[in-house]
Amino acid sequence: MSEPMVKAEAVHKRFGRNEVLKGITLEVAAGEVMCLLGPSGSGKSTFLRCINHLEKINSGRIWVDGDLVGYSQRGDKLHEMRESDVAGEREQIGMVFQRFNLFGHMTAEQNIIEAPIRVAGTKRDVAKAEAKVLMDRVGLGDRLDAYPAQLSGGQQQRVAIARALAMKPKLMLFDEPTSALDPELVGEVLDVMRALAADGMTMVVVTHETGFAKEVGDTVVFMDDGVVVESGDPASVFDNPQHKRTQAFLSKVL
Amino acid sequence: MADAEQPPEPAAAAVAPEEIKAVPVRRPGRLIAGVLIIIVAAALVRSVATNPRFGWGTVGEYLFSPVVLDGLLKTIELTIIAMVVGILIGVILAVMRLSPNPIVVAASGFYIWLFRGTPVLVQLLFWNFIAALYPVVALGIPFGPALVEFNANNLITPFVAALLGLGLNEGAYMSEIVRAGLLSVDEGQEEAAKALGMRRMQTMRRIILPQAMRVIIPPTGNETIGMLKTTSLVSVLAYTELLYAVQLIYAANYKQIPLLIVASIWYLVLTTILSIGQYFIERHYGRGTARAIPPTLLMRIWQSFSTWRHTEVPVPEQRHGL
Repeated sequence: MSEPMVKAEAVHKRFGRNEVLKGITLEVAAGEVMCLLGPSGSGKSTFLRCINHLEKINSGRIWVDGDLVGYSQRGDKLHEMRESDVAGEREQIGMVFQRFNLFGHMTAEQNIIEAPIRVAGTKRDVAKAEAKVLMDRVGLGDRLDAYPAQLSGGQQQRVAIARALAMKPKLMLFDEPTSALDPELVGEVLDVMRALAADGMTMVVVTHETGFAKEVGDTVVFMDDGVVVESGDPASVFDNPQHKRTQAFLSKVL
Repeated sequence: MADAEQPPEPAAAAVAPEEIKAVPVRRPGRLIAGVLIIIVAAALVRSVATNPRFGWGTVGEYLFSPVVLDGLLKTIELTIIAMVVGILIGVILAVMRLSPNPIVVAASGFYIWLFRGTPVLVQLLFWNFIAALYPVVALGIPFGPALVEFNANNLITPFVAALLGLGLNEGAYMSEIVRAGLLSVDEGQEEAAKALGMRRMQTMRRIILPQAMRVIIPPTGNETIGMLKTTSLVSVLAYTELLYAVQLIYAANYKQIPLLIVASIWYLVLTTILSIGQYFIERHYGRGTARAIPPTLLMRIWQSFSTWRHTEVPVPEQRHGL
């Protein structure tokens, strides 16, 4: 079997004295869609942010596509990576945020072409052509010149997905992508994510959408209080949860 | 999504609803206030026009005199350079203030404490007399030999003293403005840029600063207008900016009032131009925000006059971006 896309080993994370992650170990295979579920405060968003080093972990290791995240190992010593090297690692990892975080002073198109031009060194006209393709793909081909404030939440999130895809990532992280949306706008974002999964993108999705997790997820991981309580394919976790905490959680959300 | 064979949309009445035509509420208070103000204004205008001591003839005579225009030019020059120095120092101090290094933070705090805590007039005089404190300015290795030496009296001309006094002082104020601007940008913006692989300086320059500008520009406009007026303090250094230029003239012909009016007219012209410029810069950096920039005072006055004439004001179309 080939190298997993994401490999986490005994990941611990503290904020001050508050230990948020208490030893997370898991693997995501290339092309897999993994959904992280759990009550708020269980550490699932924090873990996701550790994968692209937005949060520094206190112990353990995370590898993305075989590369250690945030550090380099020379001999038996771990060296902190320079800012620019961390940035280089992040280019390969797309991230979609709960609150979209589109650049407010730029149009949808400018949002999408910014990183390809500035970071990846793509030519402007090439980046623009790719932006058009991406916007068509998320169903917003006619809104290239719209500013974020002129778009609905669902549209903003779709632009945010297009922006992340513009860097041609090998892994996409979704941090509760539909939690800030009106119920009637959730569907359009999930549709885009569903299509992305069908195209074979490796995805780690923190979500409360159990329906999506069941339908699209290859693996479902249930986290609580900083640990992985239960994981497996959606059918077994949803229909036949083994652990009490999983049962309690699912009985509330299903 | 909507199918052609769907039942008809509800509402949307076939006939346009009748516009309400009601007698507006009478507001006698407004009328009385308006009349009173007009009477007072008329009295003022009359007195200004008829009091010969205003010396309007002299005002006209000196308004475009070469000495005054030269002073005006120097005032503009001082304002621009001092503001550029102030903004540069302000940005540096603001970034220092947000640094993780406590010594850097303390240095920035000390600078602001010192320069904001003493009057700018005192600072100007200090720079003017700096030669008494350091007769020789030398560039070289710290605690080691000097490589180049300057006589401070030749180096610190009144112009340089003015720039140092005004610019260094302005830096302390600008740093607070820039810092507030940087902090006003949502953290999510920086995170999104980071997640895309953008470097720190790229993120600062392309994402954070442009959005901080919306918060930074209005108070910076005020600072610039303030700076324009503060340059008049430089007259104490015998530097012939606008105020000192007219002082030189009235020292010779004793026509103080008309010449002070000449200076005031030019200050007003410049501040008016700056205010108009500020409006357009604000509009530029306001792009992408849902809330459009409010119209200027003049536009509001114009609009309220047009409400008197027509009952309906067309809302000016707000254009986003471009």
